[in-house]
Amino acid sequence: MNTTINANASRQAPAFLSPRVLAYAVGTFALLAVAGFHAPTWLTYLITIAAGNALVSIGIVGLMRGGVVSFGQGMFFAAGGYGAVLLFTRFGWTDALVLSIAGGGVALLLALPFAPLLARYRGIFFATLTLALSMVTYGVLMKVPELGGSDGFSIGRPTLLGERLDGASGSYRLYLLTIAFALGMGLLARVNFDSPNGLVTLAARDNELRVEYLGTSVRRLMGVNFLLAAFCGGVGGALVVISLGHVEPGFSYWTTSGEFVFVAILAGYRSIPAVFVASVMLEIVRSFSSAYFPNTWQLALGLFLLLIIRFLPRGIGSLWNREERK
Amino acid sequence: MKAILEANGVAKRFGAVVAASDINVKVGPGERVGLIGSNGAGKTTFVNMITGYLKPDEGQIKLAGTDITRMKPRAISALGVARSFQIPQLFGDLSVIDNMLVALACHASRSGFLRPARDPLAVDQAEELLQRFRLHHHRSRRVGELPGGVRKLLDIAMALTARPKLLLLDEPTSAVAADEKFQMMETIMSALKEDPDTPVLFVEHDMEIIERHATRVIAFYSGRIIADDAPQAALAQDDVRRYVTGELATE
Repeated sequence: MNTTINANASRQAPAFLSPRVLAYAVGTFALLAVAGFHAPTWLTYLITIAAGNALVSIGIVGLMRGGVVSFGQGMFFAAGGYGAVLLFTRFGWTDALVLSIAGGGVALLLALPFAPLLARYRGIFFATLTLALSMVTYGVLMKVPELGGSDGFSIGRPTLLGERLDGASGSYRLYLLTIAFALGMGLLARVNFDSPNGLVTLAARDNELRVEYLGTSVRRLMGVNFLLAAFCGGVGGALVVISLGHVEPGFSYWTTSGEFVFVAILAGYRSIPAVFVASVMLEIVRSFSSAYFPNTWQLALGLFLLLIIRFLPRGIGSLWNREERK
Repeated sequence: MKAILEANGVAKRFGAVVAASDINVKVGPGERVGLIGSNGAGKTTFVNMITGYLKPDEGQIKLAGTDITRMKPRAISALGVARSFQIPQLFGDLSVIDNMLVALACHASRSGFLRPARDPLAVDQAEELLQRFRLHHHRSRRVGELPGGVRKLLDIAMALTARPKLLLLDEPTSAVAADEKFQMMETIMSALKEDPDTPVLFVEHDMEIIERHATRVIAFYSGRIIADDAPQAALAQDDVRRYVTGELATE
């Protein structure tokens, strides 16, 4: 067929990330690096944990764009964390950078056999299956002594490019590593969301039948998104465990998964910076409310989410994303 | 002339209901084939069997010589069969241009992550098709807000992004106001003029549109083909006048 589509061959395909986005990322890193240098340790720690957790929620946002929500990302969070600890203690891998990527790899391997199954389900069935898998993982982690049982494992101080991350400067370098990872993976997520796969994922959320008739396998798409979400969860888990120094089965418990979903809903599914903002907000609300009213901090968290859903139903990303406000 | 579409002895039953029986059709390059028949006559069943949504109980369907009878819809689509729908199947939350870009992205999905979905080449392709269907001034509108006729045109424009070997249009003017449907069909046919070799099969109930735009008519009744001829000749046949246009009383 001679559909004459006059593509202007002289026009160059653009880079995925505009110079403006890259400048924002570099600027944000510089700003956080400077701010972190002067900030109190508790604040840099809070941001480190929030950035690690945000990576898990970015995976959920990727799934939400296709119309499914995982209530079991805790499983991959735990897989990344346990993977990092076991590689550290059993194999002597100490580099934080390598451990973080390896944590993502472990989560990815764990997700691989389940991806074809989960790619077939939508809505409450997908949510329930992912929840069930994470709770099975929780049960296994609790009962298997080789995996630390209910106590879990502790991890020593890692290294970064050959230098041990000790003391305050070590914590600061870990903070820098985590925000660099978060920004890097945030940019990669942007690349994915702006790619043909990302756009078709949004379309599949709307009308799977048409996507199939256009020649794309929605199951394959959902399977890929599930694997990417698992990798993000694993990297987030590894980074959090390296900062926290400890991993335990609670990482895979359903309430942990719920917090990641909470952040994803808070952020909305179109803006990546919103995921980081939402994650920091959750950590702040959690830290302050657990300090001032420790027995009812979940109440404060619930009220906070209710307010967001009432006044920003498309998430806090809609505050600066024009497309979202429509 | 080599046939693009070839159906040989195709049959389909749903329990006791015969939806298609001994369908033999050859369609060559550039033909504009109107599929007519009353509701339940077997037109959409035929279209659904070509696209792989339904599998025939008997017979064989070939596309440019390749047997597609048992293939999945996605595989058939990849071979070059595109279709539009009686009820437009669009992405209501996305803009018109994004709907087109999704369609283009689906055909380029092998390169999944390697280029942005909104790269200038894809946008150029999408905009040219929108221009052909006179939809360019709607490009940034959300599809969920569009009127029915515009949605129909967009549905067809999206099907054309596949550069299909065969295009199937399921009732392209249904649910469109009577005074708009002729204009709309003119727009469709004029847009398709740029693909003169692509055969188009369109299901239609309006005989005036059939007379104006079809080069050939296939009339269905009770799952059988009762006429296959040039429009004037087909519409003049007694069976067509009796069972399709209702000009003769049924026995």
